[in-house]
Amino acid sequence: MADTKKQYWKGLEQLSNDPEYVKYADKEFPEYLPINGEEPGENTSRRDFLKMMGFGVAAATLASCEAPIRKAIPYVNKPVDVDPGVPNYYASSYFDGAQYCSVVVKTREGRPIKIEGNKLSKITNGGTNALVEASILSLYDKERLASPQIAGENVMWTDIDKTVISKLDAAQAAGKKIALVSNTIISPSALRVIEQLKAKYTTAELIQYDTQPVTGMIKANDEAFGMPVVPSFHFNKADVIVSFDADFLGTWISPIEFTKSYSKTRKLGPNKKSMSRHYQFESNLSLTGANADYRAAIKPSQQGAAIIALHNAVASQTGGTQLSGGTDVKYVAKAAKDLLKAKGKSLVVSGSNDPAIQTIVGNINLMLENYGRTITFDDYLNVRKGDDTAMSAFIADAKAGKIGATIFLNSNPVYNHPKGAELAEALGKMDFSVSTSDRSDETASLCSAIAPTHHFLESWNDAEPKRGHLSLAQPTISPLFDTRQQEESLMAWAGVDGNYFNYLKESWKTYFTGSVADLGYQTFWDKCLQDGVLELETESLNAQGVFDVTTAAREIAANYKGSGLELALYQKVSIGDGSQGNNPWLHETPDVITKATWDNYVTVALGDANELGITEFEGKSNMVNLTVNGATQKLPVVVQPGQAKGTVGLALGYGRTKGGRVANNLGFDATPWIGSVNGTNYANVTSGVSMEVLEEQYQVAKTQTHQTYMGRENVIQESVLTAYQKDPSAGRFKPEISTWQDKKDHKVAPGTLSLWKGHKYKDHHWGMAIDMNSCTGCSACHVACVAENNIPVVGRDEVINRRDMHWMRIDRYYSSNSEAVEAAEGAVDKLRAMEVASENPEVTFQPMMCQHCNNAGCETVCPVAATVHSSSGLNQMAYNRCIGTRYCANNCAYKVRRFNWFKYHDNEQFDSNLSMNNDLGKMVLNPDVTVRSRGVMEKCSMCVQRIQLGKLQAKKEGRRTNDGDINTACASACPADAIVFGDMNDPNSAISNLLRIKDNEGDYGIDKQVQEERAYTVLEEVGAKPNVLYLTKIRNKDIEDTHA
Amino acid sequence: MHVTSPIREPLVTGGKTLADVSDDICRQVEGAPTKGWLVGMAISLAVLTVGAVSVGTLLWEGVGVWGLNKTVGWAWDITNFVWWVGIGHAGTLISAVLLLFRQKWRMSINRAAEAMTIFAVICALMFPGLHMGRLWIGFLWALPLPNTFGSLWVNFNSPLLWDVFAISTYFSVSLVFWYVGLIPDFATIRDRAKNKVSKAIYGGLSLGWMGGAKDWGRYESVSLILAGLATPLVLSVHTIVSMDFATSVIPGWHTTIFPPYFVAGAIFSGFAMVLTLMLITRKVFHLEDYITIQHIELMNIIIIVTGSVVGIAYITEFFIAWYSGVPAEQYAFLNRMTGPYWWAYWTMMTANVISPQVFWIKKIRTSLVATFILSLIVNIGMWFERFVIIVTSLHRDYLPSSWAMFYPTKHDVGMYLFSFGFFFTAYLLFSKFFPVINMAEVKSIIESDGEKDEI
Repeated sequence: MADTKKQYWKGLEQLSNDPEYVKYADKEFPEYLPINGEEPGENTSRRDFLKMMGFGVAAATLASCEAPIRKAIPYVNKPVDVDPGVPNYYASSYFDGAQYCSVVVKTREGRPIKIEGNKLSKITNGGTNALVEASILSLYDKERLASPQIAGENVMWTDIDKTVISKLDAAQAAGKKIALVSNTIISPSALRVIEQLKAKYTTAELIQYDTQPVTGMIKANDEAFGMPVVPSFHFNKADVIVSFDADFLGTWISPIEFTKSYSKTRKLGPNKKSMSRHYQFESNLSLTGANADYRAAIKPSQQGAAIIALHNAVASQTGGTQLSGGTDVKYVAKAAKDLLKAKGKSLVVSGSNDPAIQTIVGNINLMLENYGRTITFDDYLNVRKGDDTAMSAFIADAKAGKIGATIFLNSNPVYNHPKGAELAEALGKMDFSVSTSDRSDETASLCSAIAPTHHFLESWNDAEPKRGHLSLAQPTISPLFDTRQQEESLMAWAGVDGNYFNYLKESWKTYFTGSVADLGYQTFWDKCLQDGVLELETESLNAQGVFDVTTAAREIAANYKGSGLELALYQKVSIGDGSQGNNPWLHETPDVITKATWDNYVTVALGDANELGITEFEGKSNMVNLTVNGATQKLPVVVQPGQAKGTVGLALGYGRTKGGRVANNLGFDATPWIGSVNGTNYANVTSGVSMEVLEEQYQVAKTQTHQTYMGRENVIQESVLTAYQKDPSAGRFKPEISTWQDKKDHKVAPGTLSLWKGHKYKDHHWGMAIDMNSCTGCSACHVACVAENNIPVVGRDEVINRRDMHWMRIDRYYSSNSEAVEAAEGAVDKLRAMEVASENPEVTFQPMMCQHCNNAGCETVCPVAATVHSSSGLNQMAYNRCIGTRYCANNCAYKVRRFNWFKYHDNEQFDSNLSMNNDLGKMVLNPDVTVRSRGVMEKCSMCVQRIQLGKLQAKKEGRRTNDGDINTACASACPADAIVFGDMNDPNSAISNLLRIKDNEGDYGIDKQVQEERAYTVLEEVGAKPNVLYLTKIRNKDIEDTHA
Repeated sequence: MHVTSPIREPLVTGGKTLADVSDDICRQVEGAPTKGWLVGMAISLAVLTVGAVSVGTLLWEGVGVWGLNKTVGWAWDITNFVWWVGIGHAGTLISAVLLLFRQKWRMSINRAAEAMTIFAVICALMFPGLHMGRLWIGFLWALPLPNTFGSLWVNFNSPLLWDVFAISTYFSVSLVFWYVGLIPDFATIRDRAKNKVSKAIYGGLSLGWMGGAKDWGRYESVSLILAGLATPLVLSVHTIVSMDFATSVIPGWHTTIFPPYFVAGAIFSGFAMVLTLMLITRKVFHLEDYITIQHIELMNIIIIVTGSVVGIAYITEFFIAWYSGVPAEQYAFLNRMTGPYWWAYWTMMTANVISPQVFWIKKIRTSLVATFILSLIVNIGMWFERFVIIVTSLHRDYLPSSWAMFYPTKHDVGMYLFSFGFFFTAYLLFSKFFPVINMAEVKSIIESDGEKDEI
């Protein structure tokens, strides 16, 4: 091609070679570019420059911000039953060694987020309590052990098994005892595994103990009936209930079950105008005492004598033995009279752990013909099987070096047994010990090895809380850590093959009456698993017997000689024995009575406090040095109305040293002060107690510091049963305001006058009714609300600053000292006197949350309309819109609004807020509820996320929502069925029936005519027209005995 | 009948000539800063800096650094807000209302009083902004701005929104009024200026004032129009501020007496603050001949009147609480008097109602020392009035379960200091660089040669 003469031109310009072309020919871009701005397009050029600069600046800025990396990894193979956004529910069983509850676990995207009661259970009937509700957070506790340990070093499970088996073999070979120490075990399958272990290791022995033992009752029943068990108590069948220091609504044996059945006797309505009468004799003001109609404050040492007095009073009418040693205390004679009137329909219980006292109590019930009616043995309770004597013997053996090896099954006796210190010492000398605790707690940390067990939400298990009542527990999440269920560990050590699930399924074949071979068993199993519970037909045990009351009375007279100050130790409803000590939800749940959080303290009687010169203001009071049998401890004080004079109370379950970040160094551990009387543990100290008031002040973090309701009838409306029977509106306060209409002195109800036009609720009108008569104040609803609505924990200091974030609180009011009020002269002195609670007050609980007012004060004052009214009666909060003026909170007459003073999530300052400050804890958050940011207001939404879900479900199915489709977390948790939620526009809903709503499109369109005479709205005269109504508190008291 | 009006006391003493007025008042503008001024500025800036730490902490951490709680949602923040707004009343009252009433004695004090108003309103505005903790959204969203969120709009029912309008209007009118008054004086300074920088700056500020008859004519009309506009604002601002409380349901707030009571209180505290500042300015800048004892006496008389008005309001509240028969209301007022905050109540009563009564005695109301001390007492008393209204009403309202106490933290104090730091820094800058007395107007009231006493 070299010789070719052909020429190629770029274009005609090159060919013509005109000067214009030549000028640019050597440039890279010969054509015109506007960038240099020399040419006519100058404007365009500058704009381009600015555009480019703008883009450059924006791009550079954006590039310099690092977007947070959030991982959302889709399923490779989607599990069949997991749909993002759709919750699954699994039936399971909660048992923490003391309390049983059949539960339904809500899981979202494979993680459990909420526990609800299982309505199919005949025991707990859908009720829960604070401990059960909070246990979901304990699952996501980062301080659980992540793998088995030997001598504090992480090891493999195979190593643990090898070591344990060799050590157990060695102990057996040496002829030394092998002890299995546990809290009560109610799992039949677990007991079967233990039997197999015992078969392999013949020197093995199971020792069960309870942190709140009822050994006395078991022994008394053994002696009288030959039945070493705790019988069932049917509070629902009792017209008269007498309880001596048994906190059966709070902590005693099976409180959820008892609350459920007790509350049935406290309901009133047009068709049921009678209720039980409840007497309580106790030292500390317990939850049960707070609910009693008659309550007498007695010293612990007086209990036996009071029971003997009651026994004698009953015996004198029924021809029983008269015993010596009775001391009459207030209300005993009256109680006896009522009991005798309700023969066979009454119940006497005692919280004492002394077999002698339980013998007398048993005999009273026997004389009243309560056995077989309100007390039954056929369905005896399994939840307390602990034997104090056996446990004490074990510790003695351990000290003597007779124990070769010990297996602690999810129990922590070093902390929660009174002889824990002795055991700790003995453990050091023991050849081998292993604990299945989920953490390196006080006991486990002293053991040779730890084989951490699953959380119950990760486990398969079964339970027989009551004879003939079975239930299953199933895992709702894969184990978070390298843990192994303790039953499976026992299987491994006993040489049983397979996994515990198969073992469990196998053992349940005993309950299946059909043919095992066919498909029937799988169907049966699936049904049991789905229901969570199984009821079995049981044969009658035909318990017959007599109580040896004379010996018992003699023992009582010999054993109880109180002198001076007495100390009554108790468990808090929301803390229990402290095993969930690392659960901040529970610590921030105010104590049901004192409303104190994050501490234990000495409760001092009001009368004693006056004598000692102790006053309490805003939870702040003097500290005291409490000396018990020579040991002195400095403790804070709470002045407690209702505390028996001459006694002090102190809660157990505190002062943990190895419970975790939250649990440690909180309060004081009083367990070592538990003594022993008549061979069983005795949680009171009746002599050798002294108290010295110190100058030093300490502030207990209380969420409520004012005790009385100041006689405000617009807040608490109450009456007595006899008055109610005559007039169902007894105790109602009906404010009227004068208007100038037609004539002078024209008075109308405040609700009939309004500035506002009201709202039209065409579709739904959500409302809530709270029965103050059956509400026991147990705080289950409170914790349920915390779990459901992602409510932050703020910690002790912030509670002191009065900034708890709870959407739902339970206001607890004492009655004022009416004599002092009457004696006071002048308005100011009268108010001062009203501020002081009575020495033994009447107590009223009032759950309080956003009242969803129809004329809401908060809605009108928000400058940015961040809180608005919904078309179905809800008062809604738009967090994103809130600018945080707090005007709404100030203008809320009910003070239910909560402000995010700080950022509570991802903030080291609030590290006790476990559910928002670590990755694992955050798994408990409800994805349907926003975690609120700093500076916004929040409050009860009436679980709007649940309402929305229910409405969407109904819409999908092309129907209206049915009553019961939607329930709020609080209403669903309530073991007393005191909270009813529903659609007030639906004439057949439970709430419409309860309130007997007659729809009345009155002047303002929103007024529902409530025909139930007991129903009232709090602060009616303010005119806010709440959608939450309360039913009056009715006490079954004679009118002359009431303070009201 | 022949009526002879009594011979009035001259408003400016010392036989000042027109030139003396310019010299006396421009002196500190033109001269180097005095030692006293520098010390004052140093202290103000120090206080401002300390306060700024609290403001920073507040914005970084959240409103939780203050002592507020679930029951008491407002305390020092809104107390300070209402207090500063109240103080910001006197300036406009003096300039506008007294102008309309042709009270010529106002002429030597209105400039400083108006400056004080403007700075006080700025101080006041800090608190509603900062009390939200998230300043960056708070101010923006409270304004009815068009937005992309559909029908998202502000809530015109909310008294807080009324506040936004009332205070911003008041602030703008006051600012314009003040600035218009300053124009002729800036021109005077411009004309006297010896260096180019001053000439340029004051020249700019005087907006080309020529001093012609037309200029003066317009100046007079604008002043009159603005005075007419500002007068209702004096009454409306505090009326609306009082509605933050009066329209609520909280016992102790829900009171129809609040609007007049708050306006009287605002004038009361405003005059007290004017006196405090004026007495210092007068002393420091040697303006005794312009701000005379007569001025002070007249202002003290206003203090007795308004102090007595608030006193009657306090007593009326108690009467109504008793007469209404509402237990919550009765409790709220008895609690004010005898509850845990009794000391705040009695501080308020003593400082606001009892102490100004000593001004009935002429010797005391013409005494500089007594006036100065009493003006401070009234300022303190009025702060406590707002504290009592806000905190004692909130801390124990309807449900006794929620009753709580409020304890301030160091940051509550820090925020208050910040506003003081700002106020005094601004006031000192004003007094150094702006003529503190309206020269143009004062020149119209000095005695002409003919009126002067013959020697």
